[in-house]
Amino acid sequence: MSTTTREDRGSAAALAACRSEGRSALIGYLPVGYPDVPGSVEAVRALVAGGADVVEIGMPYTDPGLDGPVIEAASVKALSGGVRVRDVFTAVQAAADAGATPVVMSYWNLILQYGVDAYARDLAAAGGVGIVTPDLIPDEADEWIAASDAHDLDRIFLVAPSSSPDRISAVVEAGRGFVYAASTMGVTGTRAEVGGKAAGLVADTRAAGAQNVCVGLGVSTREHAAEVASYADGVIVGSAFVRALSEGGPAAVARAAEQFAEGVRD
Amino acid sequence: MIEQFSRPDSKLPQGPRFGEFGGRYIPEALVPACEEIEEAFGKAVLDQEFRAEYRRLLDEYVGRPSLLSEAARFSEHAGGARILLKREDLNHTGSHKINNALGQALLAKRLGKTRLIAETGAGQHGVATATAAALMGMECRIYMGAVDVERQALNVARMNLLGAEVTAVEAGSRTLKDAINETFRDWVASVESTHYVFGTVAGPHPFPVLVREFQRIIGLEARGQVIERTGSLPDAVVACVGGGSNAIGAFHAFIPDEDVRLVGCEAAGEGIETPRHAATLTKGTVGVLHGAKSYQLQDEDGQTQESHSISAGLDYSGVGPEHAWLHASGRGDYRPVTDAQAMDAFRLLCRTEGIIPAIESSHALAGALELGRELGPDATILVCLSGRGDKDVTTAGRWFGYLDSEGETA
Repeated sequence: MSTTTREDRGSAAALAACRSEGRSALIGYLPVGYPDVPGSVEAVRALVAGGADVVEIGMPYTDPGLDGPVIEAASVKALSGGVRVRDVFTAVQAAADAGATPVVMSYWNLILQYGVDAYARDLAAAGGVGIVTPDLIPDEADEWIAASDAHDLDRIFLVAPSSSPDRISAVVEAGRGFVYAASTMGVTGTRAEVGGKAAGLVADTRAAGAQNVCVGLGVSTREHAAEVASYADGVIVGSAFVRALSEGGPAAVARAAEQFAEGVRD
Repeated sequence: MIEQFSRPDSKLPQGPRFGEFGGRYIPEALVPACEEIEEAFGKAVLDQEFRAEYRRLLDEYVGRPSLLSEAARFSEHAGGARILLKREDLNHTGSHKINNALGQALLAKRLGKTRLIAETGAGQHGVATATAAALMGMECRIYMGAVDVERQALNVARMNLLGAEVTAVEAGSRTLKDAINETFRDWVASVESTHYVFGTVAGPHPFPVLVREFQRIIGLEARGQVIERTGSLPDAVVACVGGGSNAIGAFHAFIPDEDVRLVGCEAAGEGIETPRHAATLTKGTVGVLHGAKSYQLQDEDGQTQESHSISAGLDYSGVGPEHAWLHASGRGDYRPVTDAQAMDAFRLLCRTEGIIPAIESSHALAGALELGRELGPDATILVCLSGRGDKDVTTAGRWFGYLDSEGETA
């Protein structure tokens, strides 16, 4: 990653800007199409207004194997409302227009069916800078590596507490932008505490050469965000924003984002 | 003694790829577990102690070799073709699933795991896994779609009696694919102590190979039995295909025998011209689902479409990658069989042979009736009777009108 990540572009630029302010970045996740496409776009704007530096637009999928009940329920609602893969680009554009740096989180089959290169092209055209791929490991990513090179996009692979030094090196080598460190062994969702192995995993990932490591899974409170911000370049929050949206609409998303934005500055 | 496991110099695919199909599309968190299983299995098949222990269980506990039964009266309805039934229904627990569950449970013990989890559709794999867990003193949790919990109530009761906890999955279509999602979610959080006993030849590498290796005993035994009985190879091997484990088990030993047709019967539900079917190879397209590239039922965006079959065990939107390879290469002949065709064959076997088959296996029987009429009276057809139908008596009773929708005598 060290050879391909430049500080002046993509998610690395957003993380560098936060670093220059002496803080970590807030990365906020929301799924497109929940509660409907216009409603999700409004929620994305609220997320940015509340202080998210990077927005991760999730694409709902029928078989979200790495998501817990909150995001799965939102996915079911979005799919029954007829959300389409192409709607991702609408939400990405909205996030970019609002002044945040957008990335996409998508299960691989949705990208494969759209056409990997076409997806990368359309994402870049909408202002997106990269994709988080929860079920695509570098070993299977040749087509994505080619497409992301062609369209100058970040390849955001994951590491987990179970990852061996060899696997961490492989992810760092293949990735670009930042590495997504899963704080715990499990699925997305709010939790009472952030996994105790997260700080060590971030250190190991840096030792393998990663310039930027962001931590997600289970970051549920301002205090969690502050804790993670003490050792990671970015704090990824998902289910807490989805829950806020379902309970209080975009205004609640903005309030939650303000809280987490203070957390990364604490 | 039969040499169960593929030789290291086998020319057939050993994964992760079967042609363009297969692979490992999984969260990074599960990569170490998949690598560990792959390595442990590679060592186990070379280890005399493991092989002897597995063989002992097959001989003394499962009841192998399973019988080969002549179906003379049933054959009269198949254009006179000679039909031979490979009786996996006579295995302990009532289906072929036990071959795999015991093998994986032994492997899990070698890895120091103390807990087994599994998905199940018809409940046969859940029962087999619960049985293996009881035998080996391990904890067990089975995930089963809520629709399947209802239609396979007997197997839910069996799993409970065997000491397993059964979780009804309410997500999505509430059938097998959703049970697989839920089992993966459990596994990613529990992988240190837990082995996922994948039940079919799908999923990420090494599961398609692992499950096949434990199931290929079906075809190895049957090949010898048919030759001994008839003096030659069969003209065709017929098996039902959901994920495809009994079919791969039956086919694998015959893949090099180019004159033997390999016929897989997919569930066509209410018909492949309707949206209510599970005919993945006949009507599906290539994509990634549950960790592997294969054919699947999906919409234009790649969202998985719900499948339908009267048989819970075939009610799956995906199919194993080795079947995708056999289909794409033309070596396998995959055909749709409707609910109605399967139920006709179900009743015919009951009444002509005194055998109550699983509704899953009845799809293969229906396929054999059709194939027999095509091939004529000189043909010999080997059918994998993958399971017994005790679990299906309520479904069959409703279908034939013996029971009302509440399961009471009509």
